[in-house]
Amino acid sequence: MTNKKAAFLAALPHTLPVFTGYLVLGTAYGILMDSKGFSILWILLASVFVYAGSMQFVAVALLASGFDPLGAFLMTLMVNARHLFYGISMLGKYRGIGKMKPYLIFALTDETFSILCSTEIPENVERKWFLFFISFLDHIYWITGSILGGVLGSMIKFNTKGIDFVLTALFVVILINQWKSVTNHLPAVIGIFSAVICRVIFGATNFILPAMILILFFVTVFKTPMERGKSA
Amino acid sequence: MNYTAMQLIIFFSLVMIGTMLTRALPFLLFPEKKKIPTFIKYLAGVLPYTIIGMLVVYCLKDISYTRAPHALPEMISVGVIIFLHLWKNNTILSIGGGTLLYMILIQYVFV
Repeated sequence: MTNKKAAFLAALPHTLPVFTGYLVLGTAYGILMDSKGFSILWILLASVFVYAGSMQFVAVALLASGFDPLGAFLMTLMVNARHLFYGISMLGKYRGIGKMKPYLIFALTDETFSILCSTEIPENVERKWFLFFISFLDHIYWITGSILGGVLGSMIKFNTKGIDFVLTALFVVILINQWKSVTNHLPAVIGIFSAVICRVIFGATNFILPAMILILFFVTVFKTPMERGKSA
Repeated sequence: MNYTAMQLIIFFSLVMIGTMLTRALPFLLFPEKKKIPTFIKYLAGVLPYTIIGMLVVYCLKDISYTRAPHALPEMISVGVIIFLHLWKNNTILSIGGGTLLYMILIQYVFV
């Protein structure tokens, strides 16, 4: 078996939860874009090149309220600021990966990050191919879903309301897996606590940046207890 | 929506560049040859465990306790996901079951 094939087969099962989530949510995105009069080509371009799940939905809403590219740019920075944390977390993991590193960084969505940060790379497969296939498969799922939605569009009859909960479910499951895998739960508690506090104080639209700052504050102040009981 | 192809290209390009910036900035600050400071390494170790909790809250940001149905569909569904996952430890079952339950709850029960 070639290196690539082994890495592909090792990566595939880890992406199944994202397969479900992205196919469903991608389809919802395609349907939404189709309903706003966008052709398959635009749906394809957005999903291939923008590739930012929630931000793509936000972008549709922004376009509906008028042409303001600079405003959209600033909004993107706000909405996607949480990605800064993903990059910091993957700095070491992506070192020495070679030519595909820019793609891995480009494709670092919430879902791909959540899989990558909670998955041990199997010892017998090449790291870069394992990381690549998880990222690439997720990307393909998202593109496939959005095209499907764009094509089926008006044909879909069943009520899809609430289907976006699939991503909430995915993150809850990952949170449980993480919780079970470590003895020190302080980092998880800090993450939830900071986000809840900031959501209450700053409201639903503006709480992520303050939450990130509060998390940084807590993990800095509690550095010693945070590292206690850490196996790795 | 009546936009020209050029307007749409400009719009989507800026959204793409904005997204790319947030994903690439840490890697631009700490390129391959530069040593990663100890504190950043520490952050890289603990942040994954804090962010997933933050993401769960982010997903649930629009629920309201004061307005009917008082976040009940979300709380019940998340509770069932936790129960299912601790019981069977089957990712697809937990995610599929939880999502299906949520859809039934908001479409038929708490309408």
